[in-house]
Amino acid sequence: MSNTNNTPILEVKDLGIDFGGLTAVNNFNITINKNDIYGLIGPNGAGKTTVFNMLTKVYTPTRGTIIFNGQDTKGMDAIAVNKLGAARTFQNIRLFNELTVEDNVKIGMHNELTYSTLEGILRTPKYYKQEKAAHEKAIELLKIFNLDEFADVQAKSLPYGAQRRLEIARALATNPVLLLLDEPAAGMNPTETEELMNTIRFVRDKFNIAILLIEHDMKLVMGVCEKITVLNFGQVLMTGTPSEVQSNPEVIKAYIGD
Amino acid sequence: MVFLSYLITGLGLGSVYAIIALGYSMVYGIAKMLNFAHGDIIMVGSYVAFFVLYRFGLSVPVGIILSVLVCTVLGVLVERLAYKPLRQASSLSVLITAIGVSYFLQNGAQLLWSSSQKMFKSVVGDGGISLFGGKLTLSYITLVTILTCILIMIALTLFINHTSTGRAMRACSEDKGAAQLMGINVNTTISITFAIGSALAAIAAVLLCSTYPSITPTLGSMPGIKAFTAAVFGGIGSIPGAFIGGLLLGVIESLAKAYISTQLSDAVVFAVLIVVLLIKPTGLLGKKVSVKV
Repeated sequence: MSNTNNTPILEVKDLGIDFGGLTAVNNFNITINKNDIYGLIGPNGAGKTTVFNMLTKVYTPTRGTIIFNGQDTKGMDAIAVNKLGAARTFQNIRLFNELTVEDNVKIGMHNELTYSTLEGILRTPKYYKQEKAAHEKAIELLKIFNLDEFADVQAKSLPYGAQRRLEIARALATNPVLLLLDEPAAGMNPTETEELMNTIRFVRDKFNIAILLIEHDMKLVMGVCEKITVLNFGQVLMTGTPSEVQSNPEVIKAYIGD
Repeated sequence: MVFLSYLITGLGLGSVYAIIALGYSMVYGIAKMLNFAHGDIIMVGSYVAFFVLYRFGLSVPVGIILSVLVCTVLGVLVERLAYKPLRQASSLSVLITAIGVSYFLQNGAQLLWSSSQKMFKSVVGDGGISLFGGKLTLSYITLVTILTCILIMIALTLFINHTSTGRAMRACSEDKGAAQLMGINVNTTISITFAIGSALAAIAAVLLCSTYPSITPTLGSMPGIKAFTAAVFGGIGSIPGAFIGGLLLGVIESLAKAYISTQLSDAVVFAVLIVVLLIKPTGLLGKKVSVKV
């Protein structure tokens, strides 16, 4: 990628979506640069996950444009956007429970493994070479998240916090330029959250990617994000640095109420 | 010794059921639908093999390969044209469509090849191996069938567990949405599943017709239903389950024919199925489905 730190990796303009007659998100704007750690916060039901779903094409936006990695994603499906470099985790963990931890990560490498179904059945040298590379990459990723010792266990048997970390590892396996984390700290204890903050920074630096995260844990958001957009009732309330957001009366009102 | 002979005959029959059941179970596991036209793919495979081998007089490998190719293409086509447009529809609509496809194939075969029966000849000859001084005779086709089934089982397990496509299939069977967001093309994965299931159906067709030589447009129905039963018996969606379910079903059927009654053998088979499902509703190797509330 020829992006310098100031070229936007994601430019969203006037994004909106209606479900039936209900406007869930409207006039949503966001610009994320390469290497940003960006927070998207807001009260429950503000539309944060809906924004994620539009960015990753789970939903097709009703209005607005998404320029991602230099391309307009209009008309693209979830697979195309993933290939373009968007990878995500889910608010309610969606791992492949029956698969091993390592296989979960390898699912993220599906498009990297170019041997054909037939070559896989016949086990050609190409199959062995690519599978070996995939194994090494998977273990390397699992090490970052302290999961390498669980490589061979089923994902469902991991403790909760470890499952959240595995979801991030799986997303990273797709070689993203933008990582979207949907409440990565949900259900984690303070120690785990602390570790997660370090991991998020480490991942940004090591993989040289931008991270957009939704989070309710204000310690994490304020500690790790460089820029924050606050969403309320489907509209952007404000965008600013953590300290600007924390001191904004509108934001406080949105969270606590009148 | 007689018992052993019935047992081995049962294993041979069960191997055919197992190969067909694998197709049912894989499709169910990934597309979450019961492809009731699966038995009729077998029928088409039988006709193709019959024409290639005994009308055009080509060699056995050519017959098998052509039969596999035709069934694979047919299976993928049926999925694309009949089932794919119903991906978001209720499972009942898909089920009715599958039954429709089944009749379509049967009637199509009647139109093309008439309903009069054609006689297949065993692809491995009629002889057998005599053991224990002639007390036990094993026909070649029974041995070949059992061996083929074991080979398919091993190959399929390796494929599902250790290749990229196999992983994608397992991922899709759990969560298609998440798989798609990881860059997996769900439609392609479902197509591959149908292709493999249909290719297996063609192999089952050749083995089945080598044992039961009469070919008619409805020949796929009964093995289809039996294999579906075998898949449910073993736990639908589970590949080892289909294998074990198929073998058990074949053995039970063979022993029931021998020791209870030929006419009642199917009733015995289904009675055993009912008992198994009463005790273990998800089948022998089926996963427990827990719904979070």
